[in-house]
Amino acid sequence: MSTVAPVRSRPIVGWAVHDGIVVARRNLIQSIRVPESLFFSLVQPVIFVLLFAYVFGGAIPIPGDGANPEEAANAYRNYLMPGIFGQTVAFAAAASTVGIAEDMRKGLIDRFRALPMAHGAVLIGRTFADAARQILVLAVLSITGFVIGWRITGGLLNAIYAYLLLLLFAYTVSWVGSTIGLAMPNPETASTAGLAWLFPLTFLSNAFVPISSMPDWLQAFAAFNPVSTLVLATRELFGNPTGIQPDYWPLQHPIPYTVMACALIIAIFATLSVRKFSRTTSK
Amino acid sequence: MAFEQAVFAEGVVKKFGDVVALDGMDLTVERGQVVGLLGPNGAGKTTMVRILSTLLTPTSGIARVSGFDVVTQPDEVRRAIGLTGQYAAVDEYLTGRENLRMFGDLYHLEPKYVKRRSQELLDSFDLSEAADRSVRTYSGGMRRRLDLASSLIARPSILFLDEPTTGLDPRSRLGMWAVIEGLVAEGTTVLLTTQYLEEADQLAQDIVVIDHGRVIAHGTAEALKDQIGGDRIEVTVVNAGQASAAADVLRTVSTGEPAIEEGRVSAPVSGGSTVLVNAIRALDVAGIEVSDLLLRRPTLDDVFMTLTGHAAEEETPVLAKRGRRGRQS
Repeated sequence: MSTVAPVRSRPIVGWAVHDGIVVARRNLIQSIRVPESLFFSLVQPVIFVLLFAYVFGGAIPIPGDGANPEEAANAYRNYLMPGIFGQTVAFAAAASTVGIAEDMRKGLIDRFRALPMAHGAVLIGRTFADAARQILVLAVLSITGFVIGWRITGGLLNAIYAYLLLLLFAYTVSWVGSTIGLAMPNPETASTAGLAWLFPLTFLSNAFVPISSMPDWLQAFAAFNPVSTLVLATRELFGNPTGIQPDYWPLQHPIPYTVMACALIIAIFATLSVRKFSRTTSK
Repeated sequence: MAFEQAVFAEGVVKKFGDVVALDGMDLTVERGQVVGLLGPNGAGKTTMVRILSTLLTPTSGIARVSGFDVVTQPDEVRRAIGLTGQYAAVDEYLTGRENLRMFGDLYHLEPKYVKRRSQELLDSFDLSEAADRSVRTYSGGMRRRLDLASSLIARPSILFLDEPTTGLDPRSRLGMWAVIEGLVAEGTTVLLTTQYLEEADQLAQDIVVIDHGRVIAHGTAEALKDQIGGDRIEVTVVNAGQASAAADVLRTVSTGEPAIEEGRVSAPVSGGSTVLVNAIRALDVAGIEVSDLLLRRPTLDDVFMTLTGHAAEEETPVLAKRGRRGRQS
């Protein structure tokens, strides 16, 4: 073995991004090769739309909308869709948790760690792929929404901003999910732990009910919950009903608050998970 | 750099909480050498390999690979080594070729080179037919071969093989051996851990026996065998009642006291097959009916029993208690 393998020159984007893309490509190929998992990740939010629109829809009034039951139900569906979008992208975190835990079990994390690749690239690739998968999920959800009467009335540009904000949020929670995944002893525990925090996070928000309908102490939590501000921001950008907001700064400035919260969460969890990654060994 | 030893470790200690996995390991592997790290489960083989491949940091001690310190120069170490662990660490959903491409890309190799090298590896590891199939469809032996191929994509000069054939059927094991022997012939330095004595005997020139995180013996397979004594003659008698009579006969040709175990009598001898002929004559004269008679070279199992007082594949209690995590040690 006297010949030395030729090393390529450093790409313009840098090694971390290059390696991240290599890993992301692998993760995305995985989702194509396991169509079942992709299918069920699409089915679940669609079921949520139908459940909320037709089962709970009539029972949840949106303050400030017409008293006509038909109009009220339609208003709720338009109120609901951004809530479902927000909830769905938040659940992207669970896939990251399980994905990382599975890589650890199979010994792949060890192999990656023994390669001279960029630190954190495995996590960059994981979060990037998990967020990218949400593009398809959001597309299917949007079509479902359209069928049940949801409409975008805020203009095309604002709608694009809304989708970008949703993807940013998916990317953000994937970092949280990856960090949890690295701490889990096996994929089974990871799939439970990966979901546990997401239910309170998404339900203690304005995703399905207006914050003004909650008790005061809960209103404060829900107001600062980035899921609420994400959902409120997308409602505004899509031109959907927003309900009446209690007087909290995040709810008055949902877009800047959401972007700042995402930046902060990524900074914290990227640091935590990269540090944890370099110390973790396969379970 | 070429003059540096491939592996140099001195006084390596690794503790996991209260458990001491390595207790002052010393290990030297010269370039081009094949060293077998032999020991029972829980002896510290895998921990040592994980330290040398930068996956774990030692609690204390020095470890250098290709002249680079594993703690302070991990990236240089990673560029010099290939690692194949106990589990086929390849992606199941990718094809064999896609796996090789991914690892090649992550080694930052030229895409053109990766393409050519992948094909070369797929051909030589008998994987070209399955190259474009998802790894999910591969057999255990194929996965291991792909795993090994993945660690060779960058032509590392030093290869760590951690129990490369554990869990393989005999045919796949022979296949892996052939592949490893091929690499050795090309001049790759190999550090191999195994709990199969036969495997160490077959592949390694130099064997390091470890137990409880420490080196307890070191040398060639032959030297280790000589260390515990030479050949033994073994006689199985038809009638167990004649065993002590057979022992008396063997005493006349042996160099030590014969041991009786049910109907089998064994005794240390020297002088090779002449002894065998003499023994047969003497047994015949004494009218002892013999069902089996052989001259046996000591196996590495005997070496292990003598050195550690327990068999190589015996599980240690610590390991049983630690359950799945035990395989890390």
